[in-house]
Amino acid sequence: MNKIMLPASTPERPKSARRDIKTIVNASLARQHAAERRFRWYGLIAISLGLAFVLLMFGNIIGKGYRAFWQTYIQIPITFDLSIMDTSGSGKRDLQTIDGADYSVLVRSGLRKLFPKAEGKSQLRALYGLVSADSPYELKRKIQQTPNLIGVEKEIWLLASAQVDTLFKGNINRMLDESERSIKNDQIEWVDKLQAAGRIEEKFNIALFINGDSREPEQAGIRGALMGSLLTLLITFLLSFPIGVATAVYLEEFATKGRWTDFIEVNINNLAAVPSIVFGLLGLAVFINFFGLPRSSPLVGGLVLSLMTLPVIIIAGRAALASVPPSIRQAALGMGASKLQMVGHHVLPLAMPGMLTGSIIGMARALGESAPLLMIGMVAFIVDVPKNFFDPATVLPVQIYLWSDLPERAFVERTSAAIMILLAFMILMNGLAIILRKRFERRW
Amino acid sequence: MQFFLLLALVILSACAYFIGRNRAFVVASGKIRNLHSLPSFYGCYTALWCGLPALIVFLIWVTLQPGILINLVLSGLPKELQDLPQDRLNLVVNDLKNLVSGHFISNTPDGIVLEAANRYQDMRAIGNAALLVTVLTLVSGGIAYAWCKISPKLRARNCVESVINIFLITSSTIAVFITIGIVLSVLFESIRFFHQVPITKFLFGLQWSPQIAFNSDQVSPSGAFGTAPLFAGTLLISSIAMLVAVPIGLMSALYLSEYASPKFRAIAKPALEILAGIPTVVYGFFAALNAAPLIREIGTLLGLQVASESALAAGLVMGIMIIPFVSSLSDDVINAVPQSMRDGSYALGATKSETIKRVLLPAALPGIVGSILLAVSRAIGETMIVLMAAGLSANLTANPLEAVTTVTVQIVTLLTGDQEFDNSKTLAAFALGLLLFIVTLILNIIALHVVHKYREQYE
Repeated sequence: MNKIMLPASTPERPKSARRDIKTIVNASLARQHAAERRFRWYGLIAISLGLAFVLLMFGNIIGKGYRAFWQTYIQIPITFDLSIMDTSGSGKRDLQTIDGADYSVLVRSGLRKLFPKAEGKSQLRALYGLVSADSPYELKRKIQQTPNLIGVEKEIWLLASAQVDTLFKGNINRMLDESERSIKNDQIEWVDKLQAAGRIEEKFNIALFINGDSREPEQAGIRGALMGSLLTLLITFLLSFPIGVATAVYLEEFATKGRWTDFIEVNINNLAAVPSIVFGLLGLAVFINFFGLPRSSPLVGGLVLSLMTLPVIIIAGRAALASVPPSIRQAALGMGASKLQMVGHHVLPLAMPGMLTGSIIGMARALGESAPLLMIGMVAFIVDVPKNFFDPATVLPVQIYLWSDLPERAFVERTSAAIMILLAFMILMNGLAIILRKRFERRW
Repeated sequence: MQFFLLLALVILSACAYFIGRNRAFVVASGKIRNLHSLPSFYGCYTALWCGLPALIVFLIWVTLQPGILINLVLSGLPKELQDLPQDRLNLVVNDLKNLVSGHFISNTPDGIVLEAANRYQDMRAIGNAALLVTVLTLVSGGIAYAWCKISPKLRARNCVESVINIFLITSSTIAVFITIGIVLSVLFESIRFFHQVPITKFLFGLQWSPQIAFNSDQVSPSGAFGTAPLFAGTLLISSIAMLVAVPIGLMSALYLSEYASPKFRAIAKPALEILAGIPTVVYGFFAALNAAPLIREIGTLLGLQVASESALAAGLVMGIMIIPFVSSLSDDVINAVPQSMRDGSYALGATKSETIKRVLLPAALPGIVGSILLAVSRAIGETMIVLMAAGLSANLTANPLEAVTTVTVQIVTLLTGDQEFDNSKTLAAFALGLLLFIVTLILNIIALHVVHKYREQYE
């Protein structure tokens, strides 16, 4: 019988009642299906909202930040006249004179040569404000590299000041009253003239990658923060990976189920959910106050982050170990291997890709972490690039936090650029983890 | 110096490995089967004897040396300097340390401190030399001992394995030590704080203004440490976040697990989880620069008074951050409901949405509640978003358009800046940390317990 029989009509029930049920069901069917469709739409809307947020975040950050990878430069005719820049008046061309010379005079005379009409104290100050405060040092570096520039007149591209940069990128409303914007009418006029003469243009912003932090937006870079992040993560990895793997191996392969291992497990699961800022308090109280390790150093930062990464690595490591089938273990033991040999020679190598994947994801999380590092003083304004584990340093997310507090429009741009770099690193690490999993993961 | 010593230790241990292995070959007169263990175990045995004792002594020495040296130098100082009160003495010690490490110090050093710094440096040189000698003695002693011990009958494998075993067990207890460390570090400072401020005032006080006078003669508020406004603010922001995250996250999870085609699911699920991978500082930046001004503008359009750092902005953005938490946790939970329950419901003529509402959700409810609790604990502990978007004014209000502050924000602001550890301002941060830890701990334990119980039910 391949046809499903409807329940046989019961003779007792009157025909009208049967039709009634049918109409009721039919009538409610439309409602039911409408509810079904509605529910389905709610789900779809929720998903698309979530995805829209992803796009919004990325679009917003990229839209704000991509201009920061270019920086405005102004071409200025500079005469490297020794008699002008020599403050000691000795007239000698030796290294000492070059070092001690006043290079701002050169920049100023170059600017005055471009705009001879500027006069009066305030107008001249506005004129000198077209270029970055770093310009004299830039000239000095140039001379130190090629000393035979002395006495030569040369067109030199100098870094524009942050206001000019912001104006040139079209982020200042020219319609506003002079008192309401950060750039003077004269300056706007000069910039327009420079543009007409082809003396102002955007170049790739190398300073962003090779400079440390600075109060001047046009000079501020992320090299110090990148170095700090690298040193901190190195410590984190060196500490948390071996300890995490050892813990996972012990709990999964050696420990006998009991109260003690249960207690350890509860602890690990809890640590994974403890707010990150509490780890910062621990770092402050234990590492800095009790052990007296140097504040703001990548060493302490790495220690704190490794405490946070440890549970992630342990949990991932245990999952990876658990996915190795027991037959491998039995085969190894059957061949006369000791338990440690079995783990070391067979189980661990098979579980390693999974463990590495988990560790990389944990490290990516540590890279983006900033709250606990605020507690241990990695939030200071640090210009120098850290060279070792004890130097004061800051990390990339904290640098973003610091810059986001600054009001200048140019810093907003740089903050977004720094976020883009941070996100690029995270995508890189997560991509690596995915590739590792795809390539080495074995299904048993 | 210390780094190179460590490097030398590693290299020497590597050498010891080969010495031990060769020795094993010699004592076995070339026949490996005479040996109890594989030759590599004899190598490891020697390397452990060479490296381990030296390493332990090295670590203890390096941690203790600076403290002992400072004490020695201080005891050599003239009487009037030694009799200084503790905080002045600390300043002298700081100057000394800065002088020794070659850092810039604020005031010109006087002769006594300079002399003490020189003495410190001399003693440090002597100490380092002594350390070198000790370590080298231990290394050679260890190798010699292992060399003598190696014989065909030596159970090298068992020795090496027991050392590794000890290492594994120690590693696994570190998680416990971290928890103990957290509890103790916040507890001690909190107890000191509660000596200054009574605990009832701390928990139930309605006013929070931690500014205190640094000198006794200064006219300034004496500081009010009532945490009620902080907890109200935390709760307000967290509940806004949950209002955003729970519906969106739960509906996404339901759609992905019940309706979506495998292809769509394979793309949408990881894409949604990107939200969980974005650093919180990025959310904070987004909230402070985009969400807050936007909400303010909308508010003024509607004629509402909106603070520029409103709780709403921080809460909304935090909600976005938590969406993937709720969705992936409840996805797991929903997938754990057995297929037979769905099939039973379909067989009775229920539509998909009816099955979800009447069968799936009631069955999965404990697990979903657990995952929401985990998300709440995450929201309470979140720092960067609120720090950047929610401001510092401790208002006791339930109006989401006003500015509020949270526990985490206050911890950060109390601890960045001055670092004296004896005033109630910095100690208050630890007391807040203790409260935060306890609250999230309770939430986590309940949540983990509920989820665990629930999983067992269907296994």
